[in-house]
Amino acid sequence: MSFYDLIWLVPVFPLIGAAFNGLVSNRLGLSKTVTHTVALLGAGAAWLWGWAAVVQWMLTEDTHRPYVVEVFSWIQGGELAIFGGRVVPLEVAASFQLDALSAVMVGFVTFVGFLIHLYSVGYMHSESDRAYARYFSYLNLFMFAMLTLVTGSNLPVLFVGWEGVGLCSYLLIGFYFEKEWCAAAGMKAFIVNRIGDFGFLLAIFFAFFYFGTLEFAGLHEAMAAHHGVPAAAATIIGVLLFVGAMGKSAQIPLYVWLPDAMAGPTPVSALIHAATMVTAGVYMVARCNFFYQLSPTAMLTVAVVGGVTAVFSATIGLVQNDIKKVLAYSTVSQLGYMFLAAGVGAYIAAIFHVVTHAFFKACLFLGSGSVIHACGGEQDMRKMGGLRKHMPTTFWTFVAATVAIAGIPPLAGFVSKDMILAKAFEAGLTDLNGHGTVYFLLWGLGLAGAALTAFYMFRLVYMTFFGSFRGGEHAEHHLHESPWTMTLPLQVLAVLSIVGGLAIGFPGQLFHLEGWSLIDRFMTPVVLSHGEHGHHAVSFALEWGLVVVSVAAAVAGILVARRFYLLDPSFAKPRALAERFPFAYKLLLNKYWVDELYDATIITPTVKGSRLLWEVDARVVDGAVNGTAHSTVGSSFLSGVFDLKVVDGAVNLVARIYDVASRAFRRLQVGYAQGYAMVMVFGAAVLLGVFYLIKL
Amino acid sequence: MISAEPYVALSLVLLCLGLVGVMVRRNFITVLMSLELMFNAVNLNLIAFSFRLGDLAGQILAIFVITIAAAEAAIGLGLIIALVRLKDTVSLDEADLMRS
Amino acid sequence: MDFLIANFEAVLFYTVAAAAVAGGIGVVTLKHPVHAALALLETFVMVAVLFVLRHAEFLAAVQVLVYAGGIMVLYLFAIMLVRFKGMRPDEVFLSGIAPLAILGGVLLGAFVAIGILLGTMATGEGGAAAMRAVGDELPGNTEAVGWLLYTTYLVPFEVVSVVLLVAMIGAIIFGRRDAALSKPDGEVKP
Repeated sequence: MSFYDLIWLVPVFPLIGAAFNGLVSNRLGLSKTVTHTVALLGAGAAWLWGWAAVVQWMLTEDTHRPYVVEVFSWIQGGELAIFGGRVVPLEVAASFQLDALSAVMVGFVTFVGFLIHLYSVGYMHSESDRAYARYFSYLNLFMFAMLTLVTGSNLPVLFVGWEGVGLCSYLLIGFYFEKEWCAAAGMKAFIVNRIGDFGFLLAIFFAFFYFGTLEFAGLHEAMAAHHGVPAAAATIIGVLLFVGAMGKSAQIPLYVWLPDAMAGPTPVSALIHAATMVTAGVYMVARCNFFYQLSPTAMLTVAVVGGVTAVFSATIGLVQNDIKKVLAYSTVSQLGYMFLAAGVGAYIAAIFHVVTHAFFKACLFLGSGSVIHACGGEQDMRKMGGLRKHMPTTFWTFVAATVAIAGIPPLAGFVSKDMILAKAFEAGLTDLNGHGTVYFLLWGLGLAGAALTAFYMFRLVYMTFFGSFRGGEHAEHHLHESPWTMTLPLQVLAVLSIVGGLAIGFPGQLFHLEGWSLIDRFMTPVVLSHGEHGHHAVSFALEWGLVVVSVAAAVAGILVARRFYLLDPSFAKPRALAERFPFAYKLLLNKYWVDELYDATIITPTVKGSRLLWEVDARVVDGAVNGTAHSTVGSSFLSGVFDLKVVDGAVNLVARIYDVASRAFRRLQVGYAQGYAMVMVFGAAVLLGVFYLIKL
Repeated sequence: MISAEPYVALSLVLLCLGLVGVMVRRNFITVLMSLELMFNAVNLNLIAFSFRLGDLAGQILAIFVITIAAAEAAIGLGLIIALVRLKDTVSLDEADLMRS
Repeated sequence: MDFLIANFEAVLFYTVAAAAVAGGIGVVTLKHPVHAALALLETFVMVAVLFVLRHAEFLAAVQVLVYAGGIMVLYLFAIMLVRFKGMRPDEVFLSGIAPLAILGGVLLGAFVAIGILLGTMATGEGGAAAMRAVGDELPGNTEAVGWLLYTTYLVPFEVVSVVLLVAMIGAIIFGRRDAALSKPDGEVKP
């Protein structure tokens, strides 16, 4: 038995940890040491086994094909008639696979997950034992769900993981559920996710209906074979799958839950809402790329939504004052980039950006957690400043990650983002699917977004770490560097943010070197790369030109931020700008009032409608009940009257009849024997008479 | 003649006379006497049929009837005495204690 | 005369019958109780004659002895006793009821007559000999009756004697001179 034969153990290790912490540590109130040991073992085992399985698989098996392991037969649904009159059995197995895409996902999810578990040990130490156990149980459970998601070999297993991460997201966002706004944020996340999941489910149904199978390998073949399936099928399925991705990966219009999700503990934000869960949508699109390859419309939809989201949320991030909110909008924006890549067919670029984003965004969030920890829970950047003196390690790791996200070479962010922008430009150039103009526009948006990203990230850095501390004397005394459990992951992630990009996907084409990008070589056979091969579509000079342009945009952003926030501690310039364009400032600060819009158009009518229904129900039901009561009273009144008049009357009548009759009959009782005798005589006569009458 | 019709007719007449007398007469004693008349009518009937049918059982029955009639007469007269003692009258009109 | 001799029995019958009916009418109509009693007596004797005509000699004797000799005397004693108590001769007929009663009697009589006429007589060997026969012997009516009375009809005979005893006791009780039997003050006492 090899490691990869038991690939399903990778999700199961953290599941065991979750079960133990949830059912035992939580109930019995075991010490924090026990709890985090179990949790770290769960996450660590997943990491080590996962890496071992991947390496072993890479060494022994053919990496061009997925290695599928069926664990047990899950759904046996009989036979169903599907499109084209075919009748196929509905059989879904709980089976897991290992291929290049899954390997990449497993590789960084387990590693980053483990680091964040370690970080949480330090971050959550002030919680109660029970809450601590609950936290780690949920965190392990999340690992289980996420790993199931990325190793599943068919859509239902993926969906199980999909739902699982949604559940854990809800549980962890609402971790401090005693605070109502935290609980509300959790619910918002879950509900918005649900909307996406609905689309996903419909996509699964359509997929089965048209192709009769839900296994990825099977769907891949079926798509290639066509079987007379209309081209529209691919579009429908592709778009519906993307609806699911919109919810899970926080794209327009379903992104609204992500900023609110910052209510959860910071490690949660790092793991779930930066590195892993939100990237599940991208993974899913990459996994199902064969649908998108055959549907230009779907691809365009993905690209447009991704591109617009990237810029849209970047603009919101420009003016936010909560450090975590800035990072949240940044995440939404970066996810937009990933979908932009997918939308131009550059799935490898998208996954590459997923990995690098995991590195630097996790580092940023964990760093912000460290900052918040030091500031005693303060998250408003206007009350921070000058922290680099007090927290040097946090400072340099944070800056490293910021430089990475800004897209400055040779850090990781630059490598992956540049790849995306290049692919977008290339799509415009080659007039991909006939939508060349749109793709050019999207490239332009991407470029603008890069500039904005650089600006707001450096704004964050300058406001937080430079200048003087604005949070008050009292807080300043408490400023301290975080413990090693927190700084170690920061440092690891920072290093990865610096070198990871070049290590994984060295852009060899810039130096006339082919085949230097590891990720490219690894994943190409797996992902039908449409246009990936066309490195040569873009000329050498153009490539370098694009690099220069994007770097220039980033540098421009940094310089503006420097001017606004570093050189003038009173922030006079941005303040003046805000005063000059008050509406624009308000618009951005209030996130375009999107939440309010949703509230007015969807939520309030729904709530009002429900209340109306409730009112109707109450009125009708209550009315019916009261009506029944009244009618009962009325009818019982009538009953009483009836009883009184009629019944009593009848009884009295009977009595009176008897009275009258007896008075009449009493006359017979004359006590007169001879009278009786006469009656007897007459009686006998009558009897005889009747007798004769009858006889005759 | 062995036929019984004339005797039966006579018996009927006497019976009806006695019946009417029972119903009509005011004096209790006379009522009882009418009753005796009825008994006689019955006896006559019995004897007539006894002769007609050649069966002596009729005569035996008639003896019994006479015996019973005698007993009844005795009791009846006792009743008269009682009534007289009670109401100091023999008139049936005044024997109305059972009147409701 | 020849007619008389030839149909002596019929003539005798009708004469006696008429006398009996007259006596009956007398019982019903005569005002004075003693007169009514005497009429009744006459009827009794006529009936006895009729008994003889039907060859029930013993019964005729019993009739005269018991009815005429016993019961009649008893009634006369009762009348005198009551009269002695100061009873006045009353109105004979009760007011208003007479026509109705006569009607009732006639009606009943008529109906019974109809019944008789419609009915069929049973047949049997009738006759004087039968009235004197016991077994195969013809000793005489009295013997015959006596024989039957003490053999076939012994039980009714004994029962009737018990009845007589009871009647005697009853009569004594009724006739008792008792404070309980005196005039009541609104209550009925046996």
